[in-house]
Amino acid sequence: MDTFVMRHLPALLIATPLFAAFLMPLVGTAGRTARNAWAFLGALLTAAIGLTLAWKVWTTGTVLYVFGAATPQQTLPPDAAFPIRIMFQVDAMSALMAVIASLSALGITIYSLSAESKQSGLETFYAMLFLLIAGVLGMVVTGDLFNFFIFLEISSLAGAALVAYRIDDGVAVEAGLKYALLSTVGALAVLTAIGMLFAQYNALNMATLASRLQFTALDKVALVLLAVPLAMKCGAVPMHFWTPDTYTTAPSSVTAFLVVSSQASLYGLFRILYTLYGDLLQFSWATFGWFLIVLGILSMFIGVTMAIPQKDVKRLMAYHAVSQTGYMLLGVGVGLAVLGNADALAKYGKTAMAGGLFHIINHAMYKGLLFLTAGAVFYRCGTRNLNKLGGLGHTMPWTMVFFMIGALAIAGVPPFNGFASKLLIYESVFRFSPFLSIIAMIVSILTLASFVKVFHSMFMGPPRAEFAAAREVPAPMFIGMAILALFVVVAGLAPQPFIEHMINPAVDALVDRAGYIAAILGGR
Amino acid sequence: MMSYLLLKLPYFTVVVLTLLGLAAMVFKKNLIKILMGLSLLESAVNLFLIVTGYRTDGVAPIYTNAPSLHMTLPTVQALTLTSIVIGVATSAMMLSFAMVIYKKYGTVNAEKVKKLKG
Amino acid sequence: MDPTQTLATGSGYWSPLLWLLALVVGLAVALVIRSRGRKDFREGEGRAPFISGNKEPEQGGGHIPASNIYWGFLESMKSYYGRLVPVHTGVPTDYVAWLLGIMALMLIIGLAT
Repeated sequence: MDTFVMRHLPALLIATPLFAAFLMPLVGTAGRTARNAWAFLGALLTAAIGLTLAWKVWTTGTVLYVFGAATPQQTLPPDAAFPIRIMFQVDAMSALMAVIASLSALGITIYSLSAESKQSGLETFYAMLFLLIAGVLGMVVTGDLFNFFIFLEISSLAGAALVAYRIDDGVAVEAGLKYALLSTVGALAVLTAIGMLFAQYNALNMATLASRLQFTALDKVALVLLAVPLAMKCGAVPMHFWTPDTYTTAPSSVTAFLVVSSQASLYGLFRILYTLYGDLLQFSWATFGWFLIVLGILSMFIGVTMAIPQKDVKRLMAYHAVSQTGYMLLGVGVGLAVLGNADALAKYGKTAMAGGLFHIINHAMYKGLLFLTAGAVFYRCGTRNLNKLGGLGHTMPWTMVFFMIGALAIAGVPPFNGFASKLLIYESVFRFSPFLSIIAMIVSILTLASFVKVFHSMFMGPPRAEFAAAREVPAPMFIGMAILALFVVVAGLAPQPFIEHMINPAVDALVDRAGYIAAILGGR
Repeated sequence: MMSYLLLKLPYFTVVVLTLLGLAAMVFKKNLIKILMGLSLLESAVNLFLIVTGYRTDGVAPIYTNAPSLHMTLPTVQALTLTSIVIGVATSAMMLSFAMVIYKKYGTVNAEKVKKLKG
Repeated sequence: MDPTQTLATGSGYWSPLLWLLALVVGLAVALVIRSRGRKDFREGEGRAPFISGNKEPEQGGGHIPASNIYWGFLESMKSYYGRLVPVHTGVPTDYVAWLLGIMALMLIIGLAT
């Protein structure tokens, strides 16, 4: 039994949330206790499988899973020289993303158990939430380009449905429509690019495609059609407009997972630039490196400056999500810009990438935490307007502590995890271009400034009469926030084990394009 | 020349459909028309996928009693089927969104449906 | 946890635990200074706080709403925000147009290089 589970881990990683999703309406008829227990069980199992799979990848190397083959590791059919089946290829980079997604999924599901308890139609809500989780997990583990498109669409559709789940006088539906519209246009561009690549190289498998790419003009078009929509999906300026709209109106637990979903798109972007195209970009490495860097700088600066005047706490945080994505784009973009220069890559390129990737996991945790605290405040006070809130530090001390942890982490104040990844980015980017590094630091200061404003308006001041009834949040919401807060503190106090065992293997996996191809085609 | 153009005709159709769809999505202000533009775009992409696998005088890729092995490519057809299914789900969801928006806002003019901005 | 735990940044090191130690030392210094204060002070005694000669505002009336925070910053950056905020129109067609615009721009750049 144990070996059976271990052998089929990658398939189970998707099957578990899908199973949880599709049985949810049925289980929901048995009452709310059964429904909540089912949701908790599904999330717990998914997280356990995700962590086990990642552990397996870190100890034994890339895990392959070929669907429908005689054994899950048989990548090439006996009578063909190239892979024809759908396969999952979980390398260290995918493992990192799977850990992020499954851990946040657990925290968010536990949080939803009480945060959403006042709402109706919860069976559908949890079914959609698990579909979103399955879509995101699928995006990060698949080794097949068309499969990636499918999971991208699953996560977009489930995400849009969840955003519009509380109609909220139509505002939420408006945000859902915008999100669905942009996601669909982006996904259609991705599909066109996949068609272009398939028509030329007769393969959908990423490793096979990577080994066959010639970098023709059509490939360049395909690259743009893949990269730009994925950059849009991760909320890079100037295609970030959907982000604040969507993040503001979605239920807080969903928002926290939409952050993870947008980071899965970021993963897709990196995977395509590094693994699918990689060496072929050598004449335009700098071009695409700078594409990421310029998007990163714009996202960081415009994101944070748009955040400062916001009055809605979740809208403000959404602009910060845009801004923090900029750091990841900057770090990994610098890595891409120097990919052809082995000396610079070893000196600072890999550190920049490590900083960018470490920031992905840190961001998922502290931004998730911040959105959950905003949700906690909304749960007790019924408003997100910073002008109306105030004095909650007296009645919701633990929420305040969690908020402080998240706010200090996002501003890059030591000893929280945001500082560790930002330090890596500052120091390595400084050696690439001091100017970029200075912008990154200024953005951090502005981030701190705007969170001081939020902290002051929500928690400081004398208790206000209208929120006298506000109390500390119920236990499940507390536990959900505590899981994320614990990670923020631990990764801040001991960043080196994370860097060594999770981030550096992921950086090596991204850079090692030949290794990714050889895992499928056996070095041919 | 004529036959060459005829062979490439599906690609021209793809381009025309794409442009029509994009134009509808960028220049039309009625949400329903924007969604129609999206549907056009979807059809264009589906047509593109199908066309890449088409072979003149090819038979259906079913090996049982196949008259010849000159077959059209089944993979892209499978991709298109999947894409059509996804497209139906997307259209249904977004049209229902447009319906709710009309109920709540009293309009489907995209310029007026903007409570979220800034 | 390894006490020598440091974060190698490529050009240097950072030790979170040393930072914690520094925090603890700072806290200890603060406590020492506090312990040297007057022990006979009780709340409610002594003079009211001096706020530029104004009367101390009532409890509860002293909350500053969020819009007033960073008013000066926003006022001085007015020309920047005056251009940036209107770009966020909230109209979905504009969002699509931006996506297509960037795609077209990258197509031109990508094919040219």
